[in-house]
Amino acid sequence: MSRNKSAAALQLPDAVPLFAALGDATRLRLLGRLSAGGALSITRLSEGAGVTRQAITRHLHALGDVGLVRHARRGRERVWDLNRERLDRAKRYLDQIAAQWDDAAERLRAFVEDQE
Amino acid sequence: MAVKTPAPNDTTSTDRIEKRVVLRAPRTRVWRALTNAEEFGTWFRVKLEGAFTEGRPIRGQMAIPDYEHLTLEMLIERIDAERYFSYRWHPYAVDPAADYSTEPTTLVEFTLEETNGGTAVTIVESGFDRIPVARQAEAFRMNDAGWTGQIKHLERYVA
Repeated sequence: MSRNKSAAALQLPDAVPLFAALGDATRLRLLGRLSAGGALSITRLSEGAGVTRQAITRHLHALGDVGLVRHARRGRERVWDLNRERLDRAKRYLDQIAAQWDDAAERLRAFVEDQE
Repeated sequence: MAVKTPAPNDTTSTDRIEKRVVLRAPRTRVWRALTNAEEFGTWFRVKLEGAFTEGRPIRGQMAIPDYEHLTLEMLIERIDAERYFSYRWHPYAVDPAADYSTEPTTLVEFTLEETNGGTAVTIVESGFDRIPVARQAEAFRMNDAGWTGQIKHLERYVA
């Protein structure tokens, strides 16, 4: 959990809004569609989503605020794309959480074995 | 909550993390390291105020560099001499501004057994399925296989 070790992963306070942004079924579906389809316009992303374009726009901005997606111009339309680097960092953060008990168990080992 | 290279005795699922370690120390020594709040705080790296008492909360400031601003709160459940110790807490309670008090807790259990030349400690943390952030993380992980494959396709396509 030292700064060096976690430099490549997300810092803990940074991860909270990211996971909060993921806590929504529509937003998870949007990420799935962007992953499968590359950069897409809001019109395409609204197809079959069961919610309005305005709602899709709001969800995309929520994902954009935490850096998971970004938008660009493609000709006359605005398209949204996945930010791969941010996703990879989030994955590393999850691995880090799982590793915390490993670290704690090793500190316990050092603590009780060194005093023998 | 998958661990990349789990030891044979470790199991993880969406709801629980389980670890088993064999320590070269007498059971009495290990028991004290787990249930004496000051000793627990030394290896866990938290400055706890007070002692562990069944049914009582205890809190303290984290002592890990970069995380000193966080307060840890544990609710001690059971202390069964030299055999079993358990408490509840809020996992991932990493935002000092957030109020986690209404969120479900996970249960952490330590079980001790004497083995040849040492003490086996089984650590189980369970209840993740009720934790909102853990559910999100799991949803994220389940999507991962699909994403990775699709992103490879995309990379080949744009190359």
